[in-house]
Amino acid sequence: MAGTVSPHDAKTLIEQLPILQVLVPFCTAPLIVLIGNRHMAWLLAFVASVISLVISYVLLTQVYGGGFISYQLGGWAPPLGIEYRVDAANALVMLLISAIATLTLPFAYESVKDEIKAKDHTLFYACFMLCYTGLMGVVITGDAFNVFVFLEISSLSTYVLVAQGAGRDKRALTAAYDYLIMGTIGATFFVIGIGFLFMSTGTLNMADLADRIANEGTNRTIRAGFAFIIVGMGLKAAMYPLHLWLPKAYTFAPSAVTVLLSATSTKMAIYVLLRFLFSVYNPEFIFELNVMFLVFMPLALIAMFSASFVAVFQVNFKRMLAYSSIAQIGYMLLGIAMFNLSGLTGTMVHMFNHGITKAVLFMGVGALVLRTGSSFYNNLNGLGRVMPLTVAPIVIGGLSLIGVPGTAGFVSKWMLVQAAFENGWWFIAILIVLSSLLAVVYVWRAIEVLYLSEPAQGTKMAEAPMSMLIPMWILAIACIWFGVATDLPLGAASTAAEVLLSGSFGMVE
Amino acid sequence: MIFDTTTAIILAMLIPLAAMAGNMAFKNMPNLRDGFTFLCAVLTFGAVLVVLANEGNSVTSEFSLIEVFPGIDIAFNVEPLGLMFAIIASGLWIITHIYGVGYMRGNDEKHHARFFACFAIAISSVMGIAFSSNMFTLFLFYEILTVSTYPLVAHKGTPDAVKGARTYLAILIGTSIALQLTAVIWTYALAGTLDFTQGGILVGKVAGWVVPVLLGLYAFGIGKAALMPFHKWLPAAMVAPTPVSALLHAVAVVKAGVFTMLKVGIYIFGIDFLAETGASEWLMWLAAYSIIAASVVAMTQDNLKKRLAYSTVSQLSYITLGMALATSMGALGGGMHIAMHAMGKITLFMCAGAIYVAYHKTEISQMQGLGRVMPITFGAFLIGSLSIIGLPPLGGSWPKFLLMLGAADTGHLIIIGVLMASSLLNVAYLLPIVGRGFFRPLDDGAPTKRYEGPVLVWLPPALTALGCFVLFFYGGALQSFLLPIIGQ
Repeated sequence: MAGTVSPHDAKTLIEQLPILQVLVPFCTAPLIVLIGNRHMAWLLAFVASVISLVISYVLLTQVYGGGFISYQLGGWAPPLGIEYRVDAANALVMLLISAIATLTLPFAYESVKDEIKAKDHTLFYACFMLCYTGLMGVVITGDAFNVFVFLEISSLSTYVLVAQGAGRDKRALTAAYDYLIMGTIGATFFVIGIGFLFMSTGTLNMADLADRIANEGTNRTIRAGFAFIIVGMGLKAAMYPLHLWLPKAYTFAPSAVTVLLSATSTKMAIYVLLRFLFSVYNPEFIFELNVMFLVFMPLALIAMFSASFVAVFQVNFKRMLAYSSIAQIGYMLLGIAMFNLSGLTGTMVHMFNHGITKAVLFMGVGALVLRTGSSFYNNLNGLGRVMPLTVAPIVIGGLSLIGVPGTAGFVSKWMLVQAAFENGWWFIAILIVLSSLLAVVYVWRAIEVLYLSEPAQGTKMAEAPMSMLIPMWILAIACIWFGVATDLPLGAASTAAEVLLSGSFGMVE
Repeated sequence: MIFDTTTAIILAMLIPLAAMAGNMAFKNMPNLRDGFTFLCAVLTFGAVLVVLANEGNSVTSEFSLIEVFPGIDIAFNVEPLGLMFAIIASGLWIITHIYGVGYMRGNDEKHHARFFACFAIAISSVMGIAFSSNMFTLFLFYEILTVSTYPLVAHKGTPDAVKGARTYLAILIGTSIALQLTAVIWTYALAGTLDFTQGGILVGKVAGWVVPVLLGLYAFGIGKAALMPFHKWLPAAMVAPTPVSALLHAVAVVKAGVFTMLKVGIYIFGIDFLAETGASEWLMWLAAYSIIAASVVAMTQDNLKKRLAYSTVSQLSYITLGMALATSMGALGGGMHIAMHAMGKITLFMCAGAIYVAYHKTEISQMQGLGRVMPITFGAFLIGSLSIIGLPPLGGSWPKFLLMLGAADTGHLIIIGVLMASSLLNVAYLLPIVGRGFFRPLDDGAPTKRYEGPVLVWLPPALTALGCFVLFFYGGALQSFLLPIIGQ
């Protein structure tokens, strides 16, 4: 039922879904603070995220085959009013974000109890919901300035969430501070870029921007805006070499926050990059600039190799995964740089697949931290034998991270390599597979620690609690499921890639 | 006709997984656990036999489980080479399981449940490899096989085992991801399909330098075929308990490698296409080098299992050579060698394990006179050796004969020389072991009473030695069974 919706003539709840997607979590946050009970807080957050997951799924089924839903906020017609616009590209990202949030919350219940002081729990969940609102808002909106607003909502709450790690390790404070500085610079760059666009075109609606840029051609202001937007979002996406905030933030944030951040927040930034690269600026314009080939590709390749290489030498499991994330973001950027259908499909599907893969890995580490109090390798010796049910999902996630066939990670690598061959860039294809070998090394190092070292004398640890095991296993099974039954992510991703490549913002039928 | 073929194939892959689940569930009930696994092994073999009864040596059309990428399915079909491989692997699983129970108990190894569970996953993925109808499916199961055998190699958990397992994984995963995966995706980009098709899928799609380069990516990417210089994993894997070396590293894993090699040569490139373009000429010489060099290295090894491992490296290259000769005789000979070498080499490995269980000897130099106290084991070893050498009336003589015919067909007289030299080298590194066992006196103070170890350990190699005899008389039948792979 793709089409345009104005709330005044919307008859059914289904037609109101786009706004509910943002409103539900947004209203939950103050409600949590008002109620002030930490158990209720968790419950409310969980219910909100489940509702949001259902909404995401319904929206995706509506735009899965192409087309878009345009929702006019307050009945004000775009380009003056704010427009929410759902197509396959952002519906897939929304599904990822809401699914991860829904699975993270049960996980968070025990983890937060262990890592954060009891009096802060309600505020933690409120911030969690605000962060979630921001992520959803950025993804769903079709208005450039609105992107900035939601971006700030999610960023500010993220800084608070990261700083909550201070209960366990004071370095979380400096990590949050670093992230605050870098994130603010990124957001500022982004808003400057938007300002340039507004200066030159007089509009903020993305579809309208696309039209005007296409009709009026480019000028220096528009190009400067482009540069600011890319750098700003590149910072949020931890695009090499703007990634310095990431390892610290992921390492020192509370486990549940790391899960949410790693699986969703960088993906959101990549999505915004894609939106601006392809939908707002039209593809030919970018091609003229050769940004893809001369900037994205080398940076992506450097990220893939250097970050993986650094990951190999980490002694802290969480930090290793953080560096691996930077490398994986390199793959996503590489897919963009390929500039063909398979490449973009690869990027979209890798966002999804890497999201679930990293979520299960960080959850696994979180569970180990709950039991051992540390994520350093030398405290994790032989735990695979002591708590097999907790460690097995980590192995599955690790295999998916490498891209072993039959796992989700393999599907995205396949698409990327295929895209490289389609362009005739066989050299890049070889580099992609070579960099996965580095992933083998860093993942296997962890597996050897977990299984082949002797457990410390008298180690008798219980498995992680059910509330952690269940989400972990759901994600682990998803890693395998989406490696074989690729319909949903691959189908949505290829529709999304078509949409993006045509530059038409969802108008492919 | 108990089941249709589709059900039987799926069962052949699922029953071993049931064995795995059984091992997890009955972790602390050894007799129930091992008995259940035995039952599963028999049922798996039965399922494969049903496929044989239903289809004979015809090539069936594929059935697809699920479409992974547009135009690429996880799909299976029956063709003679794969069916033969499935019969060998599942049949020998029964024997190895019996042997494995005897070995693991007789030797007081730990973690039996984990061991047999991983073993079962490996068998399941071998079934997947044998019945896969396209390169994608094959690659998928090829990787599962690598990952599931890793815990088996690292089983003992000693620093040596960990190091060996690391080499094992590094070479197998490294070559398959860096080279084979590249080759597979490249093939797909070129041909638009990955289905195994008689006559190949690349004809007319590629020419010039791409053909040998692509073949090279496959040949080295299929690390399990242990083509030099990517053969180091095989001796490294010898740290595993002997049943693993016997079934997996003499039959299932290495044969999965050369099986893939033959599939690629016959159904992806096509024998005629290889002959036309001469793209496999270099591979033939490399395989010939691998045959001789590995035999020479085998002679220098004192550790019995290491010597057998290098012998395997050499014998696997026979099969690669058969494909690279690019004649139908060569392909047939390669195909038959999968069966013949499997039977011979599993005998040798099980004998090595029996010696270890009974007397804890691993080095050949310590084995003097042992033949006097374990005549059955050394007798079986002798028969296995003779089959590997290729003497009639043992199964191993047929493939060598066919390979020589193939070499003569293509006028490569040097290759005939290589094959003959290799047989002589086999004599030189295998028979002295038997000779030392039977003719040298026992060490002073060693027990002189006849003791062969538990029955479960000496009986299986005796059975497979018998199998080497039987295969000689069924050589012709096997050859005509395989004829469809060369389009006859």
